[in-house]
Amino acid sequence: MAFEIPKDNNTGQVASVRLGATPDLGGTRSHTITVGGSTALPFHFFEGQFPSPPIVAMEVFDRIPPKFPQPLRNYFENVLDKPGDMAKKCIDEYGADLISIRLEGTHPEKGDVSAEEAAEIVLDVLKSVSVPLIISGHGHFEKNNTVLKKICEITAGENCLFNFVETDNYKTIAAACIAYNHTLVAQSPIDVNLAKQLNILLTDMDFPLERIVMDPLTGALGYGLEYTYSIMERIRIDGLSGDKMLSSPMLVNPGYETAKVKEARTPKEDNPDWGELPERLAHWEIATAMSLLITGADILILYHPETVKAVKGKINDMYQTPKDE
Amino acid sequence: MALSGLDIFKLLPRTNCGDCGVPTCMAFAMKLAQKKAELGECPHASDEAKDSLGAASEPPIRLIKIGGANALEIGNETVMFRHDKTFFHQTGIAIELLTSEDIGDLKKKIEEIENYRVERVGEELFIDLFFIRHNTDKKDNFLETIHAAQNFSSKGLILDCPSIETLKKGLEICKDNRPAIYLREAATNQDFELAKTFNASLILFADSLESLETQSEKAREVGFSDLILNLKSRNLGLQLQDNTILRRSALRNNFKPFGFPLFSYIRGATVYESLAEASVLLCKYDSIIVLPEYSKALLYALFTLRQNIYTDPQKPIQVDPKIYPIGDPTPDSPVFVTTNFSLTYFMVSGEIENSGISSHLVIADVEGQSVLTAWAAGKFVGETVAKFIKDIGLEDLVKTRKIVIPGFVSQISGDLEESLPGWEVIVGPQEASDIPSFVKNVQLT
Ligand code: B12
Ligand code: SF4
Repeated sequence: MAFEIPKDNNTGQVASVRLGATPDLGGTRSHTITVGGSTALPFHFFEGQFPSPPIVAMEVFDRIPPKFPQPLRNYFENVLDKPGDMAKKCIDEYGADLISIRLEGTHPEKGDVSAEEAAEIVLDVLKSVSVPLIISGHGHFEKNNTVLKKICEITAGENCLFNFVETDNYKTIAAACIAYNHTLVAQSPIDVNLAKQLNILLTDMDFPLERIVMDPLTGALGYGLEYTYSIMERIRIDGLSGDKMLSSPMLVNPGYETAKVKEARTPKEDNPDWGELPERLAHWEIATAMSLLITGADILILYHPETVKAVKGKINDMYQTPKDE
Repeated sequence: MALSGLDIFKLLPRTNCGDCGVPTCMAFAMKLAQKKAELGECPHASDEAKDSLGAASEPPIRLIKIGGANALEIGNETVMFRHDKTFFHQTGIAIELLTSEDIGDLKKKIEEIENYRVERVGEELFIDLFFIRHNTDKKDNFLETIHAAQNFSSKGLILDCPSIETLKKGLEICKDNRPAIYLREAATNQDFELAKTFNASLILFADSLESLETQSEKAREVGFSDLILNLKSRNLGLQLQDNTILRRSALRNNFKPFGFPLFSYIRGATVYESLAEASVLLCKYDSIIVLPEYSKALLYALFTLRQNIYTDPQKPIQVDPKIYPIGDPTPDSPVFVTTNFSLTYFMVSGEIENSGISSHLVIADVEGQSVLTAWAAGKFVGETVAKFIKDIGLEDLVKTRKIVIPGFVSQISGDLEESLPGWEVIVGPQEASDIPSFVKNVQLT
């Protein structure tokens, strides 16, 4: 039997979603970034098209997260409380493609920062970098809605990626994103059906599918990663098989999740077999990010500069493939 | 291609003698077709039947063993995606030893790696193999290294040696422990003979699918089948693609030349790139990964990824629901409660141990879910936790009537107190790592 490469014929395609807006599109960004568009499973160059490589965002904060791991503090020491400067550093020095501003300090139990102050911070970052922005909120419905609605308004036309809405709380932010021309992250807890349902709810209120990015929700390596890994593979397979409601590009948060875990703060002395903390932290985030990358992540929000370097390096390396052929 | 029951029936003696344990040849053929029996169970099968059925009933990816008593088993996978069933034989991780290193240092390194074991979620994680690369022209360096690896460790060996004479001497030393031979060039009949003689498996080297196919066919012609495939690709993207093509050909088309486990030598420019590549190849079909460096920080992440990916997706790793003693608890010791998800149990029990106090840890049955997942699913709420506590007889075991619950489910405390008259519920910290400081500051009994 002569060998023939067994190929899949996918009928579907991952939706293309554009982030950011240049002046001619009503914004102030120097360029836009498009994600999605692939017609086969990640990196299956032999059976599909991949117009837009996955992208890497880094994150800045309205309030320094109290448990932000020490090795990361060492990288950002004097800019950690200056989101604008930190964003600039992430772009200029560490090569991030775009910036996520996490407004967790606005959570009533985590600082209760006002919507007005959050807006100031966003405007500051908007001024200091020219890349598209992600605005990341939290799970306190009421406060999150107040804050994100306000940010939608003051960034009108910029086509920011608002991260996130969920099944029990999507209408307010989705409506604001339509009104002010933004894009949206639809988050669901590691479940194919819930992911699909949320996209149906959003499109039912005329939210355009080309403006939705899905977050399948992830735990860090060792903390439920395998569930997300498999759900993402299933979502992508269904999307490529033609299920439009599961064809959105996907966003994941390896940085945020990794920064929470014990392995991100236990010093080597407490557990010599775990190796040095600073390296371990980077490795933890890299393993989380790379495994999600190959299951279909299109946008990765990362924290560790070494992770950004390694992951971006590998994405570039891998995406040379079709050009080489 | 898989044969149907009827195809198989035609190859059987059709005497219905019943020696196979089922009354008729037809019934036996059906069992074979469903892979519920093996041809060996029919003592009367002809050689012709063995030939045709043997090939069809072989697993699509051959199981290969490397090593002695606790040999590493790789291959025999049946699915492309873990969610389709599960991955069975986890990737073996090998550390490279260079024979140019000082033999004293090598011995130390071998001993250290042999003793390196990390525990995670109740499972012991360790390095599986040594990859011995002969990079000097002194035969003795190679042989001494193999001796050292045999004497100071029980791990399986992969031998990489450009001189066939030296390699032979090396194989002589470890032939009872099923070594693997790494090839730097396309295999020749001499290589197959060598592997056969020394009971070794052979890692084929190729830089194209065509060459791999040719070599694999050649092995088949001489009746050698303990192969591992090393297809060198120009970059990680192509390798991912090649691995996918190989696995898919084996599973979907039952393409025999590619029905073997896959191998990679990791060559990242930095340790971080090495881990990035290893992570991808571990998830996507490599059965052996060789790492040039021995870094605990890297390995702990890679081991954890392997544990995640190779967990059976149908059943979370869980512990038995019951009351676990931490330290030497007495009836007056404090009581904590959490869920029977292994990860949760090991984190919480570990931190209570760290805090230095003895206690009773109640592990409720929530079908192996984490605290918040179980709560969200309605399995770890006041009523169910109370019922579990009563059924398991906690009230007879302890005198205290205080119980500490996880901080993330503070909202169940009211219901729990209501369903458990006489008890006071203490809301613990959210993160297990805060338990040691918590127990110092709060009156627990
Ligand atoms: C992996 C995961 C799953 C997996 C299940 C994994 C498992 N075996 O449990 C799957 C995909 C199946 C799943 C399903 C669901 N999930 Co889920 N899941 C997660 C995820 C990503 C990680 C959970 C985990 O493993 N954590 C690690 C373990 C160790 O944490 P833990 O048990 O809480 O233990 C920690 C602490 O609680 C503390 N602790 C534990 N015990 C004790 C005891 C004491 C005394 C003390 C002091 C401390 C303490 O120590 C530990 C470490 O600090 C989280 C989000 C996240 N990133 O955390 C969501 C999450 C828990 N899931 C959530 C939801 C909603 C669900 C679903 C209901 C969704 C759905 N409708 O399908 C289902 C429910 C399942 C069902 N219907 O049967 C929500 C819960 C929201 C909420 N606050 O109510 C979360 C928080 C995600 C979110 N933000 O929406 N999930
Ligand atoms: S042992 Fe062989 S010959 Fe006898 S019934 Fe079974 S299959 Fe038929």
